[in-house]
Amino acid sequence: MVKTKHFGEINVDETKVIEFEDGLPGFTHIKKYVLLANDGNEGSGPVFWLQSINESGNNEDADVALALVNPFAFYPNYSPEIKDEYVETLGHASSNDLSVFNVVVVPEDIKNMTVNLRAPILINQHTKKGAQVVSENQEYGVRHFLYQDIEKIRKTFEEGGK
Amino acid sequence: MLALSRKKNESIMIGDDIEITIVDVQADQVKLAIGAPRNVPVHRKEIYLQIQQENKAAAKISDKSIEELKGLMK
Repeated sequence: MVKTKHFGEINVDETKVIEFEDGLPGFTHIKKYVLLANDGNEGSGPVFWLQSINESGNNEDADVALALVNPFAFYPNYSPEIKDEYVETLGHASSNDLSVFNVVVVPEDIKNMTVNLRAPILINQHTKKGAQVVSENQEYGVRHFLYQDIEKIRKTFEEGGK
Repeated sequence: MLALSRKKNESIMIGDDIEITIVDVQADQVKLAIGAPRNVPVHRKEIYLQIQQENKAAAKISDKSIEELKGLMK
């Protein structure tokens, strides 16, 4: 049983646990997470939650949940250049094993939500290891405004459907 | 914090396997070469701090924002 910030207590299959050996910047003390879909179950996204697994019981510092998005849902051409070294630390991976996610910040006004395109989270689904890595692409922002882009996609989609 | 003076082409070692060499010094800019094991991430401090800040901001999401996010991503 894992006590989650936003989904109450959930059962996490041991095989679903993802290990972040270096933690995440800001939360380097937390090494174990589980990836949840938007409703707290498994699913296809585009929003996911990276929920920490709080091993020390009631320690609030260890309870972290970050909203992640599948970047390709919004930016089909997104192609962060990641040093091989970083990918190798996640163990051997074919391109099918490797998932890419980006952390989303949602402030009080959702219109100002941003996504960190510069530092994607990589998860090797085969070895169950993850890391947040810095891409070489200087053009990708740490605070890229996402809301307007979602609206644009929605508009295009709606117009295309007419 | 330890402060060391080094000249061009001199190095410091951090532990057994991280070596930082002063490659060039010009006016107020220093060029460093960093030799570290492949699995040790090396970043400019600015970018690391930004990522840290964004992650902390992301973790502060309110229940209201979660509902809005769910609605938006349907």
